[in-house]
Amino acid sequence: MRWIWIDRFVEFESGKRAKAVKNLSAAEDHYAQHFPGYPVMPATLILEGLAQTGGILAGEANAFREKVVLGKINKARFSREFLAGETLEYEVELVHMRPEGATVVGKVLVEGEVAAEAEIFFAHLDQSRSKQAFGESNFVFTGEMKHLLDQARRAGATNHGTVV
Amino acid sequence: MASHEDVLRKVSSTLVEALNIDEDEIKPASTLAGDLGAESIDFLDIVFRLEREFGIKIPREELFPEVAQTSDIELLRDGKYTAKGLAELKKSLPFANFDDFEKNPEAALFGNLFTVDMIARFVQDKLVRSGKA
Repeated sequence: MRWIWIDRFVEFESGKRAKAVKNLSAAEDHYAQHFPGYPVMPATLILEGLAQTGGILAGEANAFREKVVLGKINKARFSREFLAGETLEYEVELVHMRPEGATVVGKVLVEGEVAAEAEIFFAHLDQSRSKQAFGESNFVFTGEMKHLLDQARRAGATNHGTVV
Repeated sequence: MASHEDVLRKVSSTLVEALNIDEDEIKPASTLAGDLGAESIDFLDIVFRLEREFGIKIPREELFPEVAQTSDIELLRDGKYTAKGLAELKKSLPFANFDDFEKNPEAALFGNLFTVDMIARFVQDKLVRSGKA
């Protein structure tokens, strides 16, 4: 299974904010189990999409030199269920950046209405666990992420004149 | 000028947010790790929040001094800080209360130096130095 829970970046302002969309499809495997006869997008996967949007925003702010990993989600609030056929908009804002990590606040919108909110804290792996060696290659921003990053760059260039 | 009580109250509410605990669980002498259940990632989160809440900068070294994880056996030997190591720690963390730790300076107990009151005193000093208190 491909572990990409956003489809496309539509806005990207380097070091400040980003917006991505995710179309929910009935073909996604998780609907078979969650729940049989009542397909609802798992809230954890919604958070994963929000975290991917925020993680790329935080990573780009340091030119992807850091291994940005999800540290903790302090608060998350959901006001409705999410169903196949809906389009989610993930809006994230970078509220704090330090050498050791970053904090973003994010919203999930469906048809312009806020359907979920979360605050997400990311750690920079090498900086926050300095005694541990993770090698040179950045395994966070690789493979599938690269395609999204290109999209982010294009979105940035189109919407805000920000070439990342 | 922000009194120690004001700072302590604000530090407590920051910890409530960061650790998802009830305000009444927090006492000035509570240790962040032992009593309040903070894990390593929480310490980073707490530092981030304190910076935002109080409008201060907290360089990593000021709260997490390198001497705490030193590989120098003159400072830390067989899992315990030496007299020299302890002196270095005291210098690095002037707001910590070393009374108990001194009796058994095991590296594994280092986290107990971080109490709610210690964080509040650290923050208050920062505020005074930056002219905000």
